[in-house]
Amino acid sequence: MRHADKQSDSSLSPALASDPRFTAVERTLKQYQYRPDALIEVLHVAQEAFGFLSDELMDHVARQLKVPLSRVYGVATFYHFFSLEPRGEHSCVVCTGTACYVKRSGEIVKRLEGEFDVKGGNTTADGKLTLSTVRCLGSCGLAPVVVLDGEIAGRSTPDSAAAAAHRLIAEGKPEKKPVAERPRRRGRRGGTP
Amino acid sequence: MPVITLTINDELVSGRRGESLLEVIREHGITLPTLCHMEGLSERGGCRLCIVEVEGSPRPVTACTTTAREGMVIRTHTTRLIRYRRMIVELLLAERNHYCAVCVSVGHCELQNVAASLGVDHVRYEYLSPRVTMDLSHERFGMDHNRCILCTRCVRVCDEVEGVRTWDIAHRGVRSRIIADLNYPWGESETCTSCGKCVQVCPTGALFTKGATVGEMVKDPGMLRRVLEGRDRKEWEG
Amino acid sequence: MIPADLRVMAEQERERQEGFRCRILVCAGTPCLSAGADAVLETLRQGVAEGGLDAEIEPVASGCMGPCSRGPLVKVRSRGKEVIYERVTPESARQILFSVVKGRKPPTVSPLPPDFPFLARQERVVLANSGAINPERIEEYVAAGGYGALSHALHEMTPDDVCREVSLSGLRGRGGAGYPTGVKWSLARKAPGERKYVVANGDEGDPGAYMDRSIMESDPHRVLEGMALAGYAIGAEQGFVYVRGEYHLAGRRLEGAIRDAERKGLLGSRVLGSNFNFRIDIRTGAGAFVCGEETSLMASIMGKRGQPWNRPPYPAQKGLWGNPTLINNVETFAAVPAVVGRGAEWFAAIGTPKSRGTKVYALCGQVEIAGLIEVPMGTTLREVVFEIGGGIPSGKRFKAAQSGGPSGGCIPAAFLDTPLDYESMERLGTIMGSGGLIIMDETSCMPDVASFFLDFCRDESCGKCAPCRVGTVEMHRLLRRITSGTATMDDLAKLEELCELVGTTSLCGLGMTAPNPVLSTLRYFRDEYADHIRQRRCAAGVCAMAESPAPGAGGEALLHAMGVPGEVE
Repeated sequence: MRHADKQSDSSLSPALASDPRFTAVERTLKQYQYRPDALIEVLHVAQEAFGFLSDELMDHVARQLKVPLSRVYGVATFYHFFSLEPRGEHSCVVCTGTACYVKRSGEIVKRLEGEFDVKGGNTTADGKLTLSTVRCLGSCGLAPVVVLDGEIAGRSTPDSAAAAAHRLIAEGKPEKKPVAERPRRRGRRGGTP
Repeated sequence: MPVITLTINDELVSGRRGESLLEVIREHGITLPTLCHMEGLSERGGCRLCIVEVEGSPRPVTACTTTAREGMVIRTHTTRLIRYRRMIVELLLAERNHYCAVCVSVGHCELQNVAASLGVDHVRYEYLSPRVTMDLSHERFGMDHNRCILCTRCVRVCDEVEGVRTWDIAHRGVRSRIIADLNYPWGESETCTSCGKCVQVCPTGALFTKGATVGEMVKDPGMLRRVLEGRDRKEWEG
Repeated sequence: MIPADLRVMAEQERERQEGFRCRILVCAGTPCLSAGADAVLETLRQGVAEGGLDAEIEPVASGCMGPCSRGPLVKVRSRGKEVIYERVTPESARQILFSVVKGRKPPTVSPLPPDFPFLARQERVVLANSGAINPERIEEYVAAGGYGALSHALHEMTPDDVCREVSLSGLRGRGGAGYPTGVKWSLARKAPGERKYVVANGDEGDPGAYMDRSIMESDPHRVLEGMALAGYAIGAEQGFVYVRGEYHLAGRRLEGAIRDAERKGLLGSRVLGSNFNFRIDIRTGAGAFVCGEETSLMASIMGKRGQPWNRPPYPAQKGLWGNPTLINNVETFAAVPAVVGRGAEWFAAIGTPKSRGTKVYALCGQVEIAGLIEVPMGTTLREVVFEIGGGIPSGKRFKAAQSGGPSGGCIPAAFLDTPLDYESMERLGTIMGSGGLIIMDETSCMPDVASFFLDFCRDESCGKCAPCRVGTVEMHRLLRRITSGTATMDDLAKLEELCELVGTTSLCGLGMTAPNPVLSTLRYFRDEYADHIRQRRCAAGVCAMAESPAPGAGGEALLHAMGVPGEVE
């Protein structure tokens, strides 16, 4: 008898069940008719809604889709998109794809790691900034590329990236490029893994 | 059952249609090292030790995952295959922390036996020496990640025979780890039935019975066959 | 919708477009958006609205025009003439708009010359509509002849005819290996099975390659039409597009395109009035390069860890949920409407005898103009880099071009005149791959580049088979010793031996090709490796070399015994 056959909602805490972000997850579960093969799609939606995948969320998804807990954990950790820990308030993603690498994006990563005392892939101790790297955003024409809270900054240098990250933390929002005159339609999703 | 004929190491041998190359090769008394293969479980083709040369194929194939076909010409012990097998074992030994001298399974370890039979007396590659832990939270069993070779026999036996799938692999590549449920301590797993099948099929000292000390952990790989045959005969029904 | 409706739709849209005095297309591909294209478009829209020019001038958000490093790009199309402006700002956009209205030249911005080699030297088949239509309006695709091939096939060709046509065209897989597409289709067609699936592989993981992203963003219906043709040919009713997780815009455009096509009866039940039913769903990748491998990709579609399985069985026999499955790359599917619509003969006349048609490349790295190009197979690397790409910036020298990403290799300067086709590239020890071409000048260090790719493979290895899981880590360690000046010539021998092992015994394509960047750079730049090891010198100035000589055998043994914790945990 598999655990997934237990009463499906029994483990859900009231806090999570009443969380408005939770409706998106429920909708996706329903949309895919609780089919086990929808696991990755559901985790995508859960991650986007909550910013990370908590044990409680994964437990719930496992029960709803009737897949073993271990498989949910295996899938969630196999793919680099999913995070099991809360991310920082802001995100700074440095592209380390080939084109960016050839244009020395490695130096940008080093500089940011030193500047904020955080290793790539981690969040600063104060929870302000998550520094991560990504393998090619496909904006190779603008290499090297840094993405701050979803805003792409092309042709970055170690100096410009560090300055922009400091401003991001100080001002609480990514700076608009000089050309942009109105709020961008593309939200926070733009390229952040 | 229809019979097929193939050539193994220049000798004509026969096999049954549908058998894997590994089965045919072993039926004819040829020893081929394996670590992830286990009779009664699905094939994985992950350890790559049972590679053989098939005429007409540019690269070696794993005998465990290849179905034997009429007319195949197979070589099992060419110079390069032996060299590759040694290198793979060296890599496995370099991956985690295999200190045989203090291992519960020393003397009864499949990895150790394969290494010895291949003549691996030293490792030329940099030891990766990962900092991995032991999980002793289960009342009867222990899990030592230092000895794990990621063969996934435990995952498969739990899923395919016990029908639970407490185990799976988390992360990927060299960071892969065997985990229980949502990476819970084994003893706190909601799903584990404590059947112990995983311990018996584990080829190394990664899964062991608590209380066993150096060299005392002797596995019972025949257990699986008995369980499966008993099920076939419906021994436990009615 | 029946074929006649399709023609009406095309005519109406063409009339609508001709009704404008001028259409101003602004590239809305990811690179141009990053450079500020949406502000440019907004400025144009405001300008048109303020001037009351709605009936005369239409600003359009289009797909990718090509020279991405020169974005945002704006194309002014009036009375059959086209001019393109680069690096447009809202300010210069206003000037351009003003000049269009007044029929004069804008005072301070000048368009690219009509014979601008980056554009003039291309032959656009797959990218025919990229940058020419609004990818979010199905009418524009139809007006450009879209869904014509599908309509023709459904009503005038048998599924066998379609397979034959694709075979005759000589089209080969654009994802990397170059397997003949027609053979793949015929196998999937003949495979017994009640349910069959068509999968478009849009998990473009090679760093430095973005052809597929651009196609999905700029011309999503072309991919859908290609998939529908495949579905008809092999007898499948369900397709999946697997879109790389990073490609949000591509995913959104495909989603919209599927919805529009279903609404118009170009997908779904009884497509174009025929008996053919075909649905397409999107699956989103989640950041795993190995999912570009077809068996891993299928595992991922089924909601599992993206780990490959041993072939055979091949997907064409046993794929998704055990059913015959046809997997092709996005670019391959995008070529199919042209093959079926314009005929195999036409397509086969382009390119070389063994590599037919055109290929899209993402040209980037140290090159004057970076961007997306499509040229006939067999175009030489020299033409691509120096004529189309404008050569190497700041007077530096061309050193090598890396193709095929982490599975490929490099082409050194001595082989600049090599025609780019499957066979020639294989002879040089690299692969066509998906089409990323990274140009490197003398400031790139080849052992460092190899180390970069091995770092990538080590990180992306799924961990299922031992040679790839551990071998790539050990290879990366050895390369790091070389690039830090602590290696011995013995390490180089070990590295080469590991290359052989990993390349020969790994389970899937990722491991089998992981050694290629090392083997290829060793083949052409062995001196550089020797320089790093013997002289502890990096001519390119990239590697920070150790001051002291390499530790001897004793030192190594000590390191091992102490267990230097690495980045493993």
